[in-house]
Amino acid sequence: MAAPEFEIPKFREFPTVPAIVPGAMAHSKPYVANEKVQEGIGLPTKLDDDWQVTHDKVIGKFGELLGKYRSLKVFMDACVHCGSCTDKCHYFIGTNDPKNMPVARQELMRSIYRRYFTMPGKLFPKLVGARDLTKEVLDEWFSYFWQCSECRRCSVFCPYGIDTAEVTMAARHILDSVGYGQKYSNEILGKVNKIGNNLGLPGPALENTLEGLEEDVKDDTGVDVKYPLDVAGAEVLLVTPSADFFAEPHIESLIGYGKVFHAAGISWTLSSYASEAGNFGLFNGDYAMMRKVAMRIREQALELGVKRIVVGECGHAWRVAYAFWNTLTGLGAGGNDPFAVELQKQLDPRYKQPSHICEFTWDLIQQGRLKFDKEANDSRIITFHDSCNVARGSRMGDFAGGQFEIPRNIIRAVANNFVDMAPETIRETTFCCGGGGGVLTDDLIELRVKGAFPRMEALQHVVEHDGVNFMATICAICKAQFSKVLPYYGFNMRLVGGVHQLVSTAIRLGDEQ
Amino acid sequence: MTLFFAVLFYLAFAVLLAGVGYKIYDFARTPAPLSIPTTPAPTTKSGVAFRMAREVVLFESLFKGNLWIWLFGWLFHMGLFLVLVRHLRYFVNDIPAWLLFIQPFGKYAAFMMVAGLGGLWARRFLVERIRYISTPSDHLWLALLLGIGMTGLGMTFLMHTDIVAVKAFFLGLMAFDIQPLPAHPGLFIHLLLVALLMILFPFSKLLHAPGIFFSPTRNQVDNPRETRRLAPWAAQIEKN
Repeated sequence: MAAPEFEIPKFREFPTVPAIVPGAMAHSKPYVANEKVQEGIGLPTKLDDDWQVTHDKVIGKFGELLGKYRSLKVFMDACVHCGSCTDKCHYFIGTNDPKNMPVARQELMRSIYRRYFTMPGKLFPKLVGARDLTKEVLDEWFSYFWQCSECRRCSVFCPYGIDTAEVTMAARHILDSVGYGQKYSNEILGKVNKIGNNLGLPGPALENTLEGLEEDVKDDTGVDVKYPLDVAGAEVLLVTPSADFFAEPHIESLIGYGKVFHAAGISWTLSSYASEAGNFGLFNGDYAMMRKVAMRIREQALELGVKRIVVGECGHAWRVAYAFWNTLTGLGAGGNDPFAVELQKQLDPRYKQPSHICEFTWDLIQQGRLKFDKEANDSRIITFHDSCNVARGSRMGDFAGGQFEIPRNIIRAVANNFVDMAPETIRETTFCCGGGGGVLTDDLIELRVKGAFPRMEALQHVVEHDGVNFMATICAICKAQFSKVLPYYGFNMRLVGGVHQLVSTAIRLGDEQ
Repeated sequence: MTLFFAVLFYLAFAVLLAGVGYKIYDFARTPAPLSIPTTPAPTTKSGVAFRMAREVVLFESLFKGNLWIWLFGWLFHMGLFLVLVRHLRYFVNDIPAWLLFIQPFGKYAAFMMVAGLGGLWARRFLVERIRYISTPSDHLWLALLLGIGMTGLGMTFLMHTDIVAVKAFFLGLMAFDIQPLPAHPGLFIHLLLVALLMILFPFSKLLHAPGIFFSPTRNQVDNPRETRRLAPWAAQIEKN
């Protein structure tokens, strides 16, 4: 790790709200998507040379989104600047830049809304904090709307439920539509559309990887655990973030999923065409794009004739799957239109569609179909990091809050040492890892390190007091982000891992004796 | 003056009704294409109604967010609510028993309201973060509301006005039969500010009042796996 060119926040004995430092992160911006990247996903390739043209397109798109999204319309009108959200964003706490206070981030957009869409803003702009749209404003959007991970923590504390994520998505969608895209996210969208996963891993490579995995597991356990690909007629289609196929520690969880299927004796398959659970269309607020990415999964489910769809450990993927797939692709239940019915009549109605891998595993544990040697995890003292999109954008199980209980239940079922971090930093008030929402790129490393600060502080506490040496999580982005930023705070990068990594360690495969 | 205030209140009432009515219509007609409740969220409609009631009556989310803002905000709003209910007596001929009962509470609730407003305003100066996000209009709204509260308190406890005549004036307005309004500087200022508030309401952040009921993160049932929602414009994409 090279010495960083910025200051890493210091752990505080008594965390208080930091004083604001205006402009502290004004320099932060990701790489702009080049023409090739933009073209790859059918977006305008660059800003128009004539500013007036761009100006009019931005206002036009803004108006269009106000008519399409009630969230945006209500959120633009309802804020009273009460200040409840001002100290809730991990990026504000880590950077002290006041424009990273959720209300101030929204205000970057609301000031334009007022100027062009409300009477007081047209008549008395200064009075109500309205301003003209200039190139500088657009640049500011590009900087600060890429300093939001769309984690929704602010929305928990807003008396009107204003969700900055919705505002950020709208702003990014507008930026995309005028040719001002972000390289990292748009490159990934290009890859998933072309090849089927965010990493651009082609089918043969995937096949090789899975074969290698089978050998590794065989060497390790002596058992033939299969990692099937493109098997028509399998019971379950597992869709998982593509990082699970090769990245550490992600792959350990993939090994775990396979062991669960093996031990339960349920046939399953991965798909090379739909080899990605992640959906960066969410981050860019682009409904049509999000649908396009999700449609691959519907198509594969139909083609392979599977009865159940299970989603691997990935935070935003689970939000899209749980909350949006039914709408986007008819993958769910309760549809009465031909499009939805075509898929829904194929799926087994006894199970939730889609199911999270944690729901799947927990169901089997409750039925007594899985056995564990909990002692195998005894070297680990485990804590759990709630991933933002799972915590505040989805659910597991039958009751509100199942998304908090079920992963913890699994951990307690497979390991003996579990301890939670401070209550204000977990569950619905969990802090983002600092790398979510499309900022998991090296050109934003300063933002990522600083944004991880509140989580690192909470982690430090349990490391010191309880000897925690394993932070389990169920998100590919969290895992990649923590692996990268843990060392900046003096932790071992291997401190982070998956819930199914723990399952993998303790599970009895059933055929060893 | 009577005629001026009569016209002003007809105008203010019309603007308030049409303006807020239009905004509600506008909120209602705009689709919410995706399921986005902030979870954990209720899984039933009655659960959502209960969540909304807690937000509107207790300011639950604000309570989680910041105790000072909650305290001042809640004092102000509950004070205002009681004061408004008490003011109903100026608009009905026969005062029902419950309204009589509420009279003393409504009178003293004005202190709650003013104290809450004072606290909220102080925070706009004293807390750096809130100073940063405050616009001139935020201060003016507090000034306006404090003005209404103080003049009201003044008339209740210091410089009484002829409230029987005030009541006759408003009952007259409602029957399109203009009755004289007592000449009283406190009353004039009070009514002027109230009319101003009514006129500005539909164009301002006061829209948070109807807005909360339309906030998708708070009013949606968490059941996306069981229910397929499809906005009309999204259904159009499906056809292509």
